[in-house]
Amino acid sequence: MLLKVNELSKTYVSGFEALKGISLQVKRGEILALLGPNGAGKTTLISTICGITKPSSGSVSIDGYDISKNFRDARKLVGLVPQDITLEPFEKVMNTIKFSRGLFGKKKDDALIEKILDKLSLWEKRDSRIMELSGGMKRRVLIAKALSHEPRLLFLDEPTAGVDVELRQSMWNVVADLKKDGVTIILTTHYIEEAEAIADRVGIINKGELLLIEDKASLMNRLGQKVLKIDLQKSLKKLPKELDKKSVKLSDDGMSLTYVYDTKQKRTGITKLLSDLSNSGINLRDIQTDQSSLEEIFVNLVRENVQ
Amino acid sequence: MNLQAVKAIYFFEMARFFRTLLQSFVSPVISTSLYFVVFGTAIGSRIQEVEGITYGAFIVPGLIMLSVMTQATSNGSFGIYFPKFIGTIYELLSAPINYFEIVLGYVGAAATKALFIGLVILGTAAIFVELKIMYPIAMILFLVLTCTSFSLLGFILGIWARNFEQLQLVPLLVVTPLVFLGGSFYSVSMLPPIWQKITLFNPVVYLISGFRWSFFGNADVPILTSLFAISLFTLVCILIVAWIFKTGWRIKQ
Repeated sequence: MLLKVNELSKTYVSGFEALKGISLQVKRGEILALLGPNGAGKTTLISTICGITKPSSGSVSIDGYDISKNFRDARKLVGLVPQDITLEPFEKVMNTIKFSRGLFGKKKDDALIEKILDKLSLWEKRDSRIMELSGGMKRRVLIAKALSHEPRLLFLDEPTAGVDVELRQSMWNVVADLKKDGVTIILTTHYIEEAEAIADRVGIINKGELLLIEDKASLMNRLGQKVLKIDLQKSLKKLPKELDKKSVKLSDDGMSLTYVYDTKQKRTGITKLLSDLSNSGINLRDIQTDQSSLEEIFVNLVRENVQ
Repeated sequence: MNLQAVKAIYFFEMARFFRTLLQSFVSPVISTSLYFVVFGTAIGSRIQEVEGITYGAFIVPGLIMLSVMTQATSNGSFGIYFPKFIGTIYELLSAPINYFEIVLGYVGAAATKALFIGLVILGTAAIFVELKIMYPIAMILFLVLTCTSFSLLGFILGIWARNFEQLQLVPLLVVTPLVFLGGSFYSVSMLPPIWQKITLFNPVVYLISGFRWSFFGNADVPILTSLFAISLFTLVCILIVAWIFKTGWRIKQ
């Protein structure tokens, strides 16, 4: 395990409990996506692990180094890309990146910095001032800064917030490359599709609590609802009595039926539904199924948590 | 000790200074020249001598102290306030460096800038008046200690300040008046007896007096008292900085 978070709590001076005893472990080389609504505690969790915020209780270790007792060894391994674009406007791209490397105690390595800038398509802009860059470029400068000291654990706090589709895709490619190099990545995001596209595991945080943390595929499998859509040959005005239940819905034009079922149930009820249709003399034109997305799972979970 | 980090902070801060080298260099030269025109020539021609020294030469140590103290305070405060203001402080707080190294980098750079300006003023003054420095080592020691302690004071202000107005408040309302009233342009002995007593409550008096002693060999207060005062001031600033980092005051919530 590269990262171990144990019963981490944080209560701000105002009395606001941002983290309520969060425990989680992250394996070397995996990508963990933390999902959660605004104010769920995602950024506080990251800030506390990185040393920016003092925890109220609990402990964190990175590669066996405690973040307070062995803060130097622990922090050397960590790179952080913050959510807000925080850069010195008058500074040149190259200088600010070299500064980050120095800050983490690493000797000058121009070849490495060139490689990083190249990968992030920033090499051409190395002598530009930060204020001359576009928003997307600034975000990449933040990533370059975090990568400049060769972290083994990289935090990306909402890396694609407010970023266009093309750049988002290129950001995902960067993340995939880093994973290949063995970097462990923890990212927070609002975009479920992002977690779906790049994460190995997904954690869901709400109101300072970790509601679940699970393998992405198994999570979708376990909680995933499937929708069976049946197109009819003739329009139906009303559902026959035996089909008139909560899980079956008739479309407005009467030309199709949808049936929601749970894949984790032993009996999905599909056979029964099809035989009921046949008994009622309804002829089918086509059948298709849809897996519910992580987004639906997420919304359902958070809603349950609120109730 | 993360020396690389101290170097990174120090040179990053110095780069800011060198980017505006012309301003950093020209403004003290011009303001010093103006002081000499006004005080040295226009007014000084009527004062003639203070304690056996020409008035033009007499004001040089005070003039240097005036600039060094205000520059050290504003450089020290801006250096740490700016990352706080724009948010880049996250990087400092998450880096493998301890507080001592952060202070060393920022205060070191601020003190170096102030020292540079002090020396520029000394050089400019030498054009206008004949200068002899009786105790050069003591002069450098006083100058370095003043640069360091006032940069530390600036660092504290930079952490304390919540906006740019507060950042300007202390240098403008406290440091500058104390320096002006601390005998930069006059000898304490020139004041009425009651003010001679009151002025001893101004800590800057001890610094200017000690610094002037290193030039001319005579002082308003005993030299050891001056040395003690500047050491005490430095120590108090160090203790406050240590407390700030220990508690995370206005840095970590």
